[in-house]
Amino acid sequence: MTISTSAVSSLASEKSSFSDLMQETFALTRRLFLQLARRPSTLVAGILQPLIWLVLFGALFSNAPEGLLPGGMSYGRFLGAGVIVFTAFSGALNAGLPVMFDREFGFLNRLLVAPLCSRNSIVFASVIYITTISLLQSLAIMGTASLLGYGWPGPAGLILVCFTLLLLVFAVTALSLGLAFALPGHIELIAVIFVANLPLLFASTALAPLSFMPSWLAWLAAINPLTFAIEPIRAAYAGPLDLDIVLIHAPYGDVRGFDCLIVLTLLTIGLFLLIGPLLNRKLA
Amino acid sequence: MPLIELKELEKSYGAVKALRGLNLNVPKGSLFGLLGPNGSGKTTTLRIICTLLAPDSGQVQVVGLNALKKAREVRRAIGYVAQDVAIDKILTGRELLKLQGDLYHLSPVYRDQRIEELISRLVMSDWIDRRCGSYSGGMRRRIDLASGLLHQPQLLILDEPTVGLDIESRSTIWQLLLELKNKGTTILLSSHYLEEIEALADQMAIIDEGRVIAEGSPKNLKEKLGGDRVTLRVREFSDENEAKKISKLLETIEGVRQVVINQLQGFSLNLVVDDESVLKCIREKLASADLKIFALSQSRPSLDDVYLQATGRTLMDAELELVGQRDMKLESKNAMR
Ligand SMILES: Nc1ncnc2c1ncn2[C@@H]1O[C@H](COP(=O)(O)OP(=O)(O)O)[C@@H](O)[C@H]1O
Ligand SMILES: [Mg+2]
Repeated sequence: MTISTSAVSSLASEKSSFSDLMQETFALTRRLFLQLARRPSTLVAGILQPLIWLVLFGALFSNAPEGLLPGGMSYGRFLGAGVIVFTAFSGALNAGLPVMFDREFGFLNRLLVAPLCSRNSIVFASVIYITTISLLQSLAIMGTASLLGYGWPGPAGLILVCFTLLLLVFAVTALSLGLAFALPGHIELIAVIFVANLPLLFASTALAPLSFMPSWLAWLAAINPLTFAIEPIRAAYAGPLDLDIVLIHAPYGDVRGFDCLIVLTLLTIGLFLLIGPLLNRKLA
Repeated sequence: MPLIELKELEKSYGAVKALRGLNLNVPKGSLFGLLGPNGSGKTTTLRIICTLLAPDSGQVQVVGLNALKKAREVRRAIGYVAQDVAIDKILTGRELLKLQGDLYHLSPVYRDQRIEELISRLVMSDWIDRRCGSYSGGMRRRIDLASGLLHQPQLLILDEPTVGLDIESRSTIWQLLLELKNKGTTILLSSHYLEEIEALADQMAIIDEGRVIAEGSPKNLKEKLGGDRVTLRVREFSDENEAKKISKLLETIEGVRQVVINQLQGFSLNLVVDDESVLKCIREKLASADLKIFALSQSRPSLDDVYLQATGRTLMDAELELVGQRDMKLESKNAMR
C-alpha cells in the first residue's frame, strides 16, 4: 500500500516536471518565432538564395547534351536535390546565431537565473525552431523546383526526403550550437558560417556528379556529409524508392542508400555527444 | 534567522580580487541596503547570491539552502533585477513578461493575472504593448522590476535599481519597494547613493574593496559614530592663517574632535562635538579671543560620515578614484557564458 502511494506521488511529480519542461521549452521556442515574424528578412533570404541557385544554374546547363548525367537525368532535376539540401544546411548553420546574441547581450543570464527544469530546454527550443524553419524553406524550394518542371518525389520518396533532411538539420544544428558556445562572439560565428557554406556546397555532389570531378575533389565530395544527404534525396526524385542500391561510387567503395542514412545518423549522434559537455559547462 | 548568510566569500577575476573574505547576514523581512562605491564588489556579491556566479571559496546560504548545491530551489525563491537590463528588443513588454512567467512555470491564468496587476501597479499600460527596443531607461527598469516580481518571490534582489533614472521612475520604484517590505518580502538592494539607502533601508552594510566593513541599521551606525557635525565660519571668506589660529584654539576645548580646515569652502572649519554644551564653550572661547561667529551649523552624523569613518575617505572620493579605471567592455566579455 505504502509502496503504491509513493509510486503514485513520484509519478505525479515526474509528470509535473515534464509539463514544466514543456512550458519553458514552448515559451523559449515561441520567443524565437516571434523574433522571426518581426524580422523575416533572414527567412526570406534563406529561401531566395537557393531559389536563385536553382533558376540560374538550371538555366546555365539547360542546353547541356542529353545523357550527360548518369541515368540520363535532366540537369534541373539533378540540381534540385542539391539545392534542397543546401537550403536545409545553410538554414541550420544559422541555429547558433540567436544563442550567440543572447550570450553577448546578457539575455542568457535572464534565463539562467530562472528555475528552469532543465537547461536543455534552451537547446531544445533552438532545435525545434531551426528544424521547422529549415524544413519549411526546403519545402518551398521543392515546390518551386516542381513548378519549374524538375519533378516531385512520390509519397514514400517524400518521407525519405524529410527524414534525410531532418538528420542533416539535427547534425548541423548541433554543430552550430556548439560553435555558438565555443566562439568568442557573433563576428567569429558569422565568419565561420560564411567560410563553411560555399566550399561545402561545391565539394559535394550538389552541382555535379562525382564522375565529373578530379580525383582529389571526388574524395572530398565522397566524405562530405552533404553528399550523404543529397544522394538519397536525388534517388527519391529519380524513381521508385530503393535504399539498397548503390548511390555513391566513391573512391573508397560503393555506398548504398542505407549507408548514407546510417552515416548521417551516426554523425548526428556523434555531434550531440561532442557538444554535450561544452553546453553543460557553459550552462552549468 | 537570516535569509541570506554569506561566509568568507572570495572571488577573483584573473588578477583582480573582487571579494576578499566577505561576510554578510540579511535578516528575514528586512529591506537591506548594500552601500559601496563603484568597483567595491556589490554586483559580484549579488550575482553569487542569485547562483549566476560561483565564488572561489566560501559559503552561500540563501532561504535556508546551500545555494551552491540547491541552485534551482534558490532560483525559485529569488527575484533578481540586474544592473544592466538585458531585454529582448523585438518582443513587447507584455511578451517578455509572459516568457518570464513561463520560465517560472506559473499557470497561464495566474501568470496573466499577475501581469495585469503589475502593469497597473507600475503604471505601464501606455507602453506595455510596444516593443522593448523603444523603451527609455525608466521603462526598462520597470519591466525588469515587474519580471523580478512576477512569481512573488520571498526574496527580491536589486542591483543599483535607480541608477540614471528620472525622479518619477525613481520614486515609483522606491514606493513599491517600501510597500513590498511591509507585506513581508525581504529585499536586498545595492546602491552607491547615500540618499537611497537613507530613504529605504532598515538594515545596511558598507562594502569596500570586497569586504563588509560596517553593518547594522543606519540609525545605529550613525549613533555609534556619536557626536554632532559642526561647520563654523568667523567670516564669509577667511584665510589660512586665521583658520589655523582658530583650529588651534578649538582643539584646546574639551569635547571637540577632528577639526579640519575646509579650504574649498572659504577656509571654514569642520569639527565634531560630543554634545550641545561644548558649543557653549566654543562660543565663549571665541568671544574671549575677540572673534565673531559669522555662521555656525550643526547636524547629526550622516551616512557619509559613517562611510568616512569606516574607510578614511568620502564615498564621493572613492567613487571618483575608481571611475574610468574599469574596462566595462572587457568585463562584460569576461562575464559572457
Ligand atoms: N567580469 C569581470 N572581469 C574582470 N573584472 C571584473 C569583472 N566583473 C567585475 N570585475 C572587477 O571586480 C571588482 C568588483 O566589481 P563589481 O562586483 O562589479 O563591483 P560593483 O558592483 O560594486 O561596482 C571591480 O574591480 C571590477 O573591475
Ligand atoms: Mg555593480
